[in-house]
Amino acid sequence: MTLLKIKFSFQRRVRLAQGLWLLSWVAMVSGAITVATGVFLKTELVRRAEVMHSNDIHIVPNLLMLVGLASVGINIFAGKVCQDSLDATRFPRWKNVLIPYFCISLFFTFLLLVSVILSYALQPSLEESLKLGLKNGIRFYKDTDTPGRCFQKETIDHLQIEFHCCGNTNYKDWFEVQWINNRYLDFTSKEVKDRVRSNVDGRYLLDGVPFSCCNPASPRPCIQYQLLDNAAHYNYEHQSEELNLYNRGCRQALVNYYMSLMNTIGSAVLSVFLIQMTVLVSLRYLQTSMQAVEGQENMEIETEGYILEKGVKETFKEFQEKVKNFYKQVQGDVSPADEEAAGDAAPAEEKEATPTS
Amino acid sequence: MAVLKVTFTKTNRDKLAQVLWILNWVSVITGIILFSLGLFLKVEIRKRRELMSDEIHSVPNMLIAVGMVACGINFLGGKICYECVDTVKFLRWKLLLLPYIICTFFFTFCILVGALMCYTMRNNLEQSLFLGLRDAMRYYKDTDTPGRCYIKRTIDLLQIQFQCCGNDGYRDWFYIQWVSPRYLDMSSNEVVDRLRSNVEGKYLMDGVPFSCCNLLSPRPCIQHQITNSSAHYNYDSQTEELNLNQKGCRQALLEYYTQIMQSIGLIVLIIWLFELSVLTGVRYLQTSMENVLRLGDPDSESDGWLLENSIAETARYNFNIIKNLGKCYQVDDDPNIDVPSTSQQAQGNVPTQQIPVAS
Repeated sequence: MTLLKIKFSFQRRVRLAQGLWLLSWVAMVSGAITVATGVFLKTELVRRAEVMHSNDIHIVPNLLMLVGLASVGINIFAGKVCQDSLDATRFPRWKNVLIPYFCISLFFTFLLLVSVILSYALQPSLEESLKLGLKNGIRFYKDTDTPGRCFQKETIDHLQIEFHCCGNTNYKDWFEVQWINNRYLDFTSKEVKDRVRSNVDGRYLLDGVPFSCCNPASPRPCIQYQLLDNAAHYNYEHQSEELNLYNRGCRQALVNYYMSLMNTIGSAVLSVFLIQMTVLVSLRYLQTSMQAVEGQENMEIETEGYILEKGVKETFKEFQEKVKNFYKQVQGDVSPADEEAAGDAAPAEEKEATPTS
Repeated sequence: MAVLKVTFTKTNRDKLAQVLWILNWVSVITGIILFSLGLFLKVEIRKRRELMSDEIHSVPNMLIAVGMVACGINFLGGKICYECVDTVKFLRWKLLLLPYIICTFFFTFCILVGALMCYTMRNNLEQSLFLGLRDAMRYYKDTDTPGRCYIKRTIDLLQIQFQCCGNDGYRDWFYIQWVSPRYLDMSSNEVVDRLRSNVEGKYLMDGVPFSCCNLLSPRPCIQHQITNSSAHYNYDSQTEELNLNQKGCRQALLEYYTQIMQSIGLIVLIIWLFELSVLTGVRYLQTSMENVLRLGDPDSESDGWLLENSIAETARYNFNIIKNLGKCYQVDDDPNIDVPSTSQQAQGNVPTQQIPVAS
């Protein structure tokens, strides 16, 4: 019972070949676009690598680049096969290559789907990575004199200004960290000594935030220090004040940004997947319909094209048999003695069997 | 003596026509590029119109107009060149071709003017930015006045994006009240002292808005009491350079716009040279086709030139035409009017017109 059988007249075969040739060019361009989106996503992730703790999420752009390159190769090959398909003398040379080619192409096309699924599945991992990375970034904000950490301040300031965010979850994260370097604290002053003594670790904690948390859309000049003290500022109430600082946390802002990127890329990748599958299915029909023409004198007869010669179950059983035979052959090469013994035993059994029958 | 005469065989003429057809289509694309460059400049100027006292629209409008006209002229030129290969079709276009070439010549002159305007816009822009920024800084505090409520955000975003502070430098903020009276506690002594300390009753202080803070500073930003070295630990107002943005916003914006204008000016100059070469090709094609028609044989060789006579003679010829245009109503040379002449030369020379008799 052949799977999805379609009859192809000579004209239809010709049109299929022409349409497939055009489609393979379109698919090649979409493969190149996939590579480009992979490269773009990777650069965006690398740019903010300083606030990310782990690199798990990089598998998505890597996979996209790999599949895009493979797709370009697959479609060039498909185009070449198309060009030869209308010439009965040149088509047979592709005969042996096409079945492995289909297996490899299906594998890579399936990888496209895998990359889309991964981009959604890895979101919690991204969030965790950002949480840790931002926590470290905020802790090392003050270490502008420590080699290896001296650019953390600039990175975090730049990030907060660009993404309109403040702190990890919100601006209160800055209250729990000493973000002013000891070099700029006057340890002889009473105020500094009181603050340093007020907590176990001896850190200078205050209810203030860096200037990069300030919201330019606020109608009043930015209030950075003594945020929880209503009396310190005229006409100020910290519970109802919303415009003074950025309300969003940087982790949420970054996750939203990357998720929106991946949504757009995901929909583009799905359409590339559809185009690629169409190319592969059309090529399979072309191959099977041309196979029937092979050896015939008249090229213009009507033939049938199909996806699988037998049904899905039978093809799978055949495939299993082939693999078993291949496995047995390999085993036979490794241990010929066992096979001789088996060979001796078999005729002995036959001899026993024949007298009784 | 023809100017830059070149001999064209039939194949040369055909090839010239084909090349010119392609080049005219390329010129249509460059016309679209000119148009989009003008549009880009217009959008950039409109984006910061709040910071300019009067917007400079002459340059982008010129570029947009020139771009559109370039598209039209080159489209027509492409059509003409396509049909000029055939001498029969050329006759259709013959009368139009010379005016077309003269118009295109003046049009390329307009492109050159557009390119030069790009380079001379700088002075107007500097004046406009100086006045615009000064007014915008004065209205920084007016976030409750309709029409001015977004100036604070514009200035803050500008100072953050261009890493600049004030008009010439951060000291400009010391002479302006940039804190709105709504947020000043008029009952406090400090506020009252400051208000009384100057004639106009403005709340002036040696502080700047947060957007002046420099991202590269190793220490948390010092915004208030900037000139008071003792107000902050380990701080010297004279030697501190990294705390605030040092550049003035006028200079930053001027540099930004000058860079855009210079790139645009360079591209327009290149397009001008390209248009001039296309025009030269069309002129050669026109003169060689006209000479072919004069010789009678469409397949023969013909000469093409830029000007039939030397520049001085052509100038004199055209000048005479213009002079005689003014004389068209004068009767000196009209032979039909019987003017009694007193000169001896004319006595024996009365012209007799013999009407030819058809036989």
